[in-house]
Amino acid sequence: MNGLMAVVQTALFVALSPLLMGFLKFCKCWLQNRRAPSFLQPYRDLLKLTYKQPVISQEASWLFCVAPYLIFTAMILAASVVPFIAVDQPTSAEADVIVLVGFFAFARFFLALAGLDIGTAFGGMGSSREMTISSLAEPAMLMAVFTLTMTASTTNLSGAIEHVLQEGLILRPSFVFALFALILVTMAETGRIPVDNPTTHLELTMIHEAMILEYSGRHLALIEWASALKLMLYGVLISNIFFPWGIAESFTLSALGYGLLAILGKLVFLCIFLALAETAVAKMRLFRVQEYLGFAYLLGVLGMLSHIILESTR
Amino acid sequence: MNIESQDFYTQAILSMSALVGLTSFLMLGQGRLLRLIFVFALQGLLLTLTTGLSAYSLDNPHLYISAVLTFSLKVIFIPWMLQKQVLEMNMHRDVEALKNNTAVMLGGASLMVFSYYVLQPIIHTSSMIMLNALAVSLSVVLLGLLLMISHRQAVAHVVGFMSIENGLFFAAIVATNGMPMVVELGVAFDVLVAAILFGIFFLHIRISIDSLDVDLMNKLHEVDK
Amino acid sequence: MIAVYSLLLLSAASIVFFALSGHKENMGKFNTRINGVSLVITIILAMTVFNQGTLLSSGKAFLIDSFNVYLIVLTAFVGFTTSLFSEAYMAHEIELGKLTQARLKLYYSMYQGFMLAMYLVLTTNNMGIMWVAMEGATLTTVLLVSLYRTPESIEAAWKYFILCGVGIAQALFGTILLYYAASQIGGSDNALLWSVLHEHATELNPDILEIAFVFLLIGYGTKMGLVPLHNWLPDAHSEGPTPMSAVLSGLLLNDALYAVIRNKMLIDGATQTHIAGYLMMGFGLVSFLVAVLFLHRQKDIKRLFSYSSIEHIGLMTFAFGIGGSLATFAGLLHMTVHSLVKSAIFVTVGHASQISGTQKMTGIRGLMKTQPKVGWGLLVGTLAIAGFPPFGVFTSEFLVFLATMHEYPWLTPFLLLGIGIAFAGLFRHVQPMVYGAKPEDKTAINANLMPIMVHLGLALWLGIAIPSFLSSWFSQATLLISGSAL
Repeated sequence: MNGLMAVVQTALFVALSPLLMGFLKFCKCWLQNRRAPSFLQPYRDLLKLTYKQPVISQEASWLFCVAPYLIFTAMILAASVVPFIAVDQPTSAEADVIVLVGFFAFARFFLALAGLDIGTAFGGMGSSREMTISSLAEPAMLMAVFTLTMTASTTNLSGAIEHVLQEGLILRPSFVFALFALILVTMAETGRIPVDNPTTHLELTMIHEAMILEYSGRHLALIEWASALKLMLYGVLISNIFFPWGIAESFTLSALGYGLLAILGKLVFLCIFLALAETAVAKMRLFRVQEYLGFAYLLGVLGMLSHIILESTR
Repeated sequence: MNIESQDFYTQAILSMSALVGLTSFLMLGQGRLLRLIFVFALQGLLLTLTTGLSAYSLDNPHLYISAVLTFSLKVIFIPWMLQKQVLEMNMHRDVEALKNNTAVMLGGASLMVFSYYVLQPIIHTSSMIMLNALAVSLSVVLLGLLLMISHRQAVAHVVGFMSIENGLFFAAIVATNGMPMVVELGVAFDVLVAAILFGIFFLHIRISIDSLDVDLMNKLHEVDK
Repeated sequence: MIAVYSLLLLSAASIVFFALSGHKENMGKFNTRINGVSLVITIILAMTVFNQGTLLSSGKAFLIDSFNVYLIVLTAFVGFTTSLFSEAYMAHEIELGKLTQARLKLYYSMYQGFMLAMYLVLTTNNMGIMWVAMEGATLTTVLLVSLYRTPESIEAAWKYFILCGVGIAQALFGTILLYYAASQIGGSDNALLWSVLHEHATELNPDILEIAFVFLLIGYGTKMGLVPLHNWLPDAHSEGPTPMSAVLSGLLLNDALYAVIRNKMLIDGATQTHIAGYLMMGFGLVSFLVAVLFLHRQKDIKRLFSYSSIEHIGLMTFAFGIGGSLATFAGLLHMTVHSLVKSAIFVTVGHASQISGTQKMTGIRGLMKTQPKVGWGLLVGTLAIAGFPPFGVFTSEFLVFLATMHEYPWLTPFLLLGIGIAFAGLFRHVQPMVYGAKPEDKTAINANLMPIMVHLGLALWLGIAIPSFLSSWFSQATLLISGSAL
């Protein structure tokens, strides 16, 4: 039963992620006085891309073709680790939050390799930038996550969420800092606006798009889907760790239904927030990204410090 | 003394103190004057909320008066005045190039640790909330000093000055539930007069050096050149 | 007590009066009269205290004891004589066109504001109000420093404002900690009253008070101009109008020191250690030595004497830091004579720079020939401040040395060396200004030299014999502060 639940949850996760992307685009369009495409547009795009024959550069090695599948698989595995609708996920017991970060790193590693593989200038540029940013973002993320795991005394995500649920509403200064840090890291890692612009193909500014510039057809579809999954993963992480209320604690039908509704509601809220932020904030220069991520790291450290100083037992 | 065992008021105050500390950090890294002023107003608002919260939960009516005073001074009047100055001077598009921003940030973090260290001796005599409130407000004071050191614009100096005042006020509210009324009124009056005087000074500085960059005021030296 | 109320009300009313009154010719005279009345009131107050002992107002808001009563009289006295001087000085500045009538109005209004703040610092029993008044003193004088509106004066005023404002904020943090310590033992609204705190000093938490004192010392120490927090002081003194320099040096520094000592008494009671004293000794000695060295490098006459003020305030802090009855007595005496002599010097300096039309010492020459009275005033004043017998400064410095030799003999060489360097520094600058040929284009000005003579005369008197009422106050205050009789 539990195993089945895990499969269903993961499948739902994967299936819903383009919808999240579509809704985010819808919000942004609406905020920017543009006419929005339907929520389902990402699905249509993916479908269309899978029909098309991928064009592969003659310089490309096997790695270029394998990378999309590896990246997509890593993201699916990551999605299976994160509690989505119900908290008691069997896969969570096997893989904790550090493994999750590992999955992200794995996917990013192959994406960067694929960017380098074809040997174009843009691919290499994008890869080097991506690695620079992630090397700064990862410590910040780990700091934020460790704050949480220290509070719950476990690195298991399900366990941590259960801990937060059991305690009820407690205002923790450390969580406030960790939340802010995680939001900032999310923006950077998923290539959203102050760090990277997902809609641009301008040579000098693109990061994520530069790496995948040579991809087409079903390869591109997989990578797009993987990045939608990544966004959703971060969204679910933030909402379920910091606001876990509503998540199903048992596997009854009503609990699961409420769980689904709750997480969708939280994601909608996050999307609106993200769209607002992306509309209000301008993209920053690449050289200022280190300041931005340094700030995220500072917040993570403050979160950790305030956990140790403000909250722990003396 | 785990946080889980504290009442909701304590948790709220602790979170507030964390947020107030955060706004200080935000100000420290801010190169745009208008945004700096905005964050300052935000800090004032947090202070007002804290004051209101402790007035409500401790049932202390005179704290309501301080809350109103704080709101009108720190959230409305001073930010408004500073903003007007910035707009008049046409400085709202300038971005102040902050030297060693990362070093300043790290310095800020170590100042926060330092303020905990300074107040360590009183740990055994006081509840957790007192220690934290005092430590956070001390670090707000020190961060305000750092802000004044790292920025060159007179407006930023005033914001730093006032945020030092904010830190002190926060200490007074949380650690001691407000100073005696007459003292609080006196302090508020001083802040008001200081704010007005700063406005006058901006005018004078502009007339004398045609800028609000205080680094240009460098005629006087310890030893005459 | 009525005297206290009327003293404060008089100053408060005259701020408003000067601010609102139209352009009048005789504002200076009026200011002098108000200060004269204040002086009379304080003398009445002093006589009451002399007869009845310590006074505490009914709401416990004001406290007059033997420690502050003579400082109040001193404040009123220096305020009065300086206003006598500023009458002529300001009239001259108006003639030169350096000031407008509106600025003059501001000047007199703020002069009274400053006096009010000073009286309030001294009379109040509430440590919070003491802070408010101290900050008020900054706020009232900051516009006076920039009265001439030259770029230099605005820079000096800005520095003064920012440094003192930030510095004094530290003192508020100390005061909050003090209140926090008091509220721990169940104080309520009167937990900031000095008399109450002093009564319960031994019950206060020593750890908190130690930290509080560090902040209080840094905070009020900025106002006192202790090194390394002294940067504002020479600038503010040199760029503001001279009467302002006289009251800043003569009164503000004293009152800030007074605030520190009031707090030290509480901290000493709570900690039962000498930690506060050590801190004060350290700061005091460093200020003394650094200021002494800077004396040699000055070119501006007012900056010269403001460094001398830092030197002396450092010495006083050191003396109060030593703490025994002898040192405390010496400190109290030094506070008095220093403020008398230093304000007299600034008055002379004001005249000297008006004669020469510059504050640069290279431009001031041959005062003895141009206007002998001013020349003699400067010479005698410098002699007095450098610690020559038979002036009071000699007596007090001698007592400080004696106490140091007794308690910390290894520190005496530093003091002696400092005094020697200071003497050399002052005289190498003053001697050419006073003597030498008469410059051709300089003429004597209309100067009121009465204040100088009275001040120096009093300093001389205190050097030869301390009147009995004053010595009895000093002894009582010494007992109060140091806990042991002389």
